[in-house]
Amino acid sequence: MRSHHDMGGLMAGPVVADEHDYALWEKRVDALLVLLSNKGLITVDELRRNIEGLGADAYERMSYYERWIAAIAQSLLQRGVLTVDELGRRLQAVSAREHG
Amino acid sequence: MAHDHHDHHGHGHPHAPHRPDLDDTLTYWQALEVAVRELLIEHGHVSADEVRRQVEDMDNRTPAQGARVVARAWVDAAFKARLLADGNAAVTELGLERGPYKLVVVENDARQHNMVVCTLCSCYPRWLLGLPPDWYKSRAYRSRAVHEPRAVLAEFGTELAPGTVVRVHDSTADMRYLVLPRRPPGTDGWSEERLAGLVTRDAMVGVCEVTPP
Amino acid sequence: MADEIACAFAPGAPVRVRAAAPPGHVRTPWYIRGKRGVIERLCGSFRNPEELAYTRSGLPKVPLYRVRFDQHEVWPDYAGPADDTLDVEIYQHWLDPAGGD
Repeated sequence: MRSHHDMGGLMAGPVVADEHDYALWEKRVDALLVLLSNKGLITVDELRRNIEGLGADAYERMSYYERWIAAIAQSLLQRGVLTVDELGRRLQAVSAREHG
Repeated sequence: MAHDHHDHHGHGHPHAPHRPDLDDTLTYWQALEVAVRELLIEHGHVSADEVRRQVEDMDNRTPAQGARVVARAWVDAAFKARLLADGNAAVTELGLERGPYKLVVVENDARQHNMVVCTLCSCYPRWLLGLPPDWYKSRAYRSRAVHEPRAVLAEFGTELAPGTVVRVHDSTADMRYLVLPRRPPGTDGWSEERLAGLVTRDAMVGVCEVTPP
Repeated sequence: MADEIACAFAPGAPVRVRAAAPPGHVRTPWYIRGKRGVIERLCGSFRNPEELAYTRSGLPKVPLYRVRFDQHEVWPDYAGPADDTLDVEIYQHWLDPAGGD
């Protein structure tokens, strides 16, 4: 069956000519993908495959670069560039800085 | 290392200003970006400087680059022929980069209007035009541009002359597309620079034509 | 193994997109599967994204074509003239010769 990212021909409403100035964190996500692919640590194909694997509601509940950073993280975990444990610990530390 | 999601407020950037966070707390995904970036830096895979320079590099890529290519093609028929035959090589004549993907330039003329979409994701000639706008990546555009291009063109206010063929290009693989829009009337004798000032990003994606002066 | 697969189609050749539905990372859009078109040009040969997506090499490279379709062939309800077209980049292994069908 059709995957949720494969949108050509689906019914949809009017095209709203939306655009927004990208936040710094979004630009950094984009930058990470470019740098990592230039260095051979990820391919855009892995990024896309992991975006496609986020689930049908990813397009409703996540923004474009939220999907990207989720997929970049998955890709790096799959490749063994990062471990789940270190990512979890660093996320805790980042959160603690916010509130500490 | 102190996180720095506040520092963007201080950037006096000539291009689109960074949108500040709606409140001061990081979302899970913003925190994930921090965590991933910090770990990659600590492991020596990237440096903070590389990240900063890459952000600046993308900031400096704007549709004005693509507009120069269009203006050159309008005034120089031999360049236009080279552009249509091998887009990557031709853009280097203007000091622009070949880019990482094969550039296919599609020409509008009196009989045909071209329009570009990526139904599967958001493929776009970023190295020439900068980052794509949200609408290009939206469900509505990706769903409808292939199926009802004329209705989508109408939503962008674009009316085509009777008898114009519409050609849609779905950027599904390794090609990236630039529409060469028609040179508008009333521009005889204009310099390339002045012509380039007329060319919009939307015209190079193919959702509209270049408006006459 | 050879690094590139030989090209099977020339510009102008009629082709039909295979109506397969595998899971995994696929770059042949759902809406074009089973449709008939003609080769508009050979784009070159590229590593197979279906394999690259799983961190494999994607070799041997696969020929990639731009295939031109009549919009009325693609959509039964297409609202536009008969000569409107839709060009899609399709990898060779998704194409069969259309011949006389």
